[in-house]
Amino acid sequence: MKTTALAALGAVERPGISYADVRVVETRDRHVSTKNGKTGHVSGGESLGLGIRVLANGCWGFAATDDLSREGLEAAAALALDIARAGQYTRKRDVVLAPESPYEATWVSPCRIDPFSIPVDRNVDVLLAVDAELRRESGIAMAEASMSFERRRQVFASTLGSMIDQTRYTSGAGFAALSFQEGEIQRRSYPNSFGGQFQLKGYELVDELRLVENAPRIAAEAVALHSADQCPEGVFDLILDSSQLGLQVHESIGHPIELDRVLGSEANYAGMSFLTLDKLGNLRYGSPIVNVVCDARLEHGPGLGTFAFDDEGVPAQATEIIRDGLFTGYMTSRETAAAIGQPRSNGTMRADGWARLPLIRMTNVSLRPGRQTLEEVFGATDHAIYMETNRSWSIDDRRYNFQFGCEIGWEIRRGRRVRMLKNPSYSGISTEFWNACAAIAGAEHWTLWGVPNCGKGQPEQVMGTGHGASPARFTQIKIGGAYAG
Amino acid sequence: MLTRARVESLFAALQDAATAHGVRDIEATIGASAHALTRFANSAIHQNVAERSSFVSVRVQLDGRTARASTNRLDAASLASVVDEAVALARLGHPDPDLPPLAEAAEAPDVARSFASTARLTPAARAQAVADAIAVVEDAGQTAAGIYSSGESVLALANSRGLEAYHSETGAQFSITAMAPDSSGWAKAGAPCHGDFDPVVLARQAAQKAALSRDPVELAPGRYTVILEPAAVLDLLGQMFGDFSATAIRDGRSFLQDRLGTALFGPNITIHDDVHDPRQSGAPFDGEGVPRRRLTLVENGTVREIAFSRTAARLAGVEPTGHGFPLPNEFGEAPMNIVVEGGDVPLEAMIAGTRQGILVTRFWYIREVDPYEKIMTGMTRDGTFLVEDGAVVRGVRNFRFNQSLIEMLRHVEALGPAGHTSGEESFDMVVPAMQVHGFNFTEVTRF
Repeated sequence: MKTTALAALGAVERPGISYADVRVVETRDRHVSTKNGKTGHVSGGESLGLGIRVLANGCWGFAATDDLSREGLEAAAALALDIARAGQYTRKRDVVLAPESPYEATWVSPCRIDPFSIPVDRNVDVLLAVDAELRRESGIAMAEASMSFERRRQVFASTLGSMIDQTRYTSGAGFAALSFQEGEIQRRSYPNSFGGQFQLKGYELVDELRLVENAPRIAAEAVALHSADQCPEGVFDLILDSSQLGLQVHESIGHPIELDRVLGSEANYAGMSFLTLDKLGNLRYGSPIVNVVCDARLEHGPGLGTFAFDDEGVPAQATEIIRDGLFTGYMTSRETAAAIGQPRSNGTMRADGWARLPLIRMTNVSLRPGRQTLEEVFGATDHAIYMETNRSWSIDDRRYNFQFGCEIGWEIRRGRRVRMLKNPSYSGISTEFWNACAAIAGAEHWTLWGVPNCGKGQPEQVMGTGHGASPARFTQIKIGGAYAG
Repeated sequence: MLTRARVESLFAALQDAATAHGVRDIEATIGASAHALTRFANSAIHQNVAERSSFVSVRVQLDGRTARASTNRLDAASLASVVDEAVALARLGHPDPDLPPLAEAAEAPDVARSFASTARLTPAARAQAVADAIAVVEDAGQTAAGIYSSGESVLALANSRGLEAYHSETGAQFSITAMAPDSSGWAKAGAPCHGDFDPVVLARQAAQKAALSRDPVELAPGRYTVILEPAAVLDLLGQMFGDFSATAIRDGRSFLQDRLGTALFGPNITIHDDVHDPRQSGAPFDGEGVPRRRLTLVENGTVREIAFSRTAARLAGVEPTGHGFPLPNEFGEAPMNIVVEGGDVPLEAMIAGTRQGILVTRFWYIREVDPYEKIMTGMTRDGTFLVEDGAVVRGVRNFRFNQSLIEMLRHVEALGPAGHTSGEESFDMVVPAMQVHGFNFTEVTRF
């Protein structure tokens, strides 16, 4: 792969170019699922290709191919240069990159059990055991369980002289139970919705999740929701579990801090951001107990956004995004950092494969643990609504107004669950919501969640991101609006 | 690009590898594509990309078990290896008593959707068109962002029962957002042939919307009569067709459960799935190679037909409709070539006939709130207007909606002519503009 990367880099190095990089990416994946006592999906895949990114006469060009012959590399290099030249038709100013050092490195993510060493029949057996537990509950119409694994090796070479060889193992697993009764569909998922939990780990993740042990509770909750009361509509204190809060961080902090959005790069598709440049260092984003970091380093945890170097050869870093409630940092690239006069990228450029251009993407954007006990989060208010596990999520294209629905809720009185609530939802404005944060549970309740399906860019790229959070309480939040009217 | 002869040769190599394992039943999906996209923002091209790729995806079937393996490496060793992987996965799987035998050979009538001029569109040609569109927006004192994409693809499917299906098509899309200080406007078009739309015309539409929606006022949330432009209709209705699936109904996850044959929508709603409609795109066969049949999903408001994969059809004792996804999968099938019958009321007439209402250009971030009542939430975006006394009066701040699609399709008062429409949250469809009463806006955002 290194030879291929250097050959492609050699093919694109011509007079007039000021920078180029090449990523050769090889992936192997496996997906296994079950549904209602039968195998649903069993598949394996592999992919190998490269992308060439070149800066010529002040404009970017990018071409990707899976034809790794000499002719294929030369054709891709010529196309990348041709595309960069076409940028001249609309050039307003030359692209300038923040300086970066060259690196030679090899890095493999920690992986205790290689997931591809586990026979697929063992995968299926675990999922069918979960399935059996779910369907033991009368009233479950559909039980589904899945696991997926990927090994991705990427060789990055640039005209700065970098040669970086990274291998990342990611794993994911989870299940859901669905119940249909009298014109109502209810669903419960574990450990999270939309596929479960995903981390930078090997097969050990599956063992840690204790899927079979949690299946009976989840199935019982799915059925019980039919006879639960509808979540009331009004303004109440709100407590969120850590998985829902992780998604709240993703949507109302993670996306707004992408500096390419702020500068308009995504205006036609993903949108822009309310975090205009004047707000850096000035905006009271959250209450004083809110601290958020964007951290791709391994010491942050095994997140989907953990790596050693980003996809333009910048080392993984930790950036304070919100410090004691104050907005203090964006996620940047070499180009956007230079555009706002910052000396260096903080290393968040990521591509979803060899065929796509790196973009600013969330790494691990996490809410730091608070100082409250779980009892204080739940108990230091007379009345609150507690919600668990995301069911729907939506936010406007500048990231002000959001609405989330959850799978299950409970009414909390003086720290105790007094009744189950179905169809819970809440909504608000991002900064008002975070300024209403009144309590955050401590590190012992903090989980680094994986969001495997974050979409951005044109052509769209799907990326895995990490979000750590512990349960937290918010004061006087609008609840129940999704079913209003 | 991938020729029929190359497909035959690749499949022969795969079949030989399967035979070496003693496996008779093999199916291969083989594809190749070359796509390019010129992206612009702040009135300059900033991301300009091209990708060329191919793939072979093999499914084997033995003793009631099946599994799939895929690769993008087409050398002889890799082809043998991908068959090895599929056989190994299948042997370790569990038998499925409902698994049908491989599909029999069937002729899918061809659809002509490949245009050499679009396949050959150069980076310079796309850049020139983008420059022309940007000039229109800049002349209006605004900045432009958008994309111009073009490309070609081939999709082929062959199996050991003699099935051979092959489809090639080209496609192009142009999308533009015009940005003014406190407003924006958007327009988009897509077609198999890039000559079927004009980027400059789309740029004018976007710039006009941005100008018209400047200085937006905030209106109270509530139920309003809305005039939904085709892109808004597309992105909203596109969320419901996964439920027109026999497997989804059997799983208990479809809003059509207990509702087949009922008059669920208003009598002015008729919806087909028809891959052969000249305004449609896509291959005329499904993920198992079965020819796609025309379906009448909704007739005068009544849900008539749903899609059946071969597995779902076998369980129900009916014929498959040609809408199955590649096996193995959990989802079964879905109609993907939607044609919503239009009416004869142009958008201008809808506006002229509205005493008070909201004109919506497009929606954004649409997600399901309630799966059985099909309540969807989302935001308006890039051109939301107050209509009063038959005229567009001014821009309004964007709304959040929480709206049941079932209720919405009972409240349609007028339909425009249907046409091929592209959006951002759903696949392309043939849809009309719609005038709908009682649309439920629940919140307002800050812009």
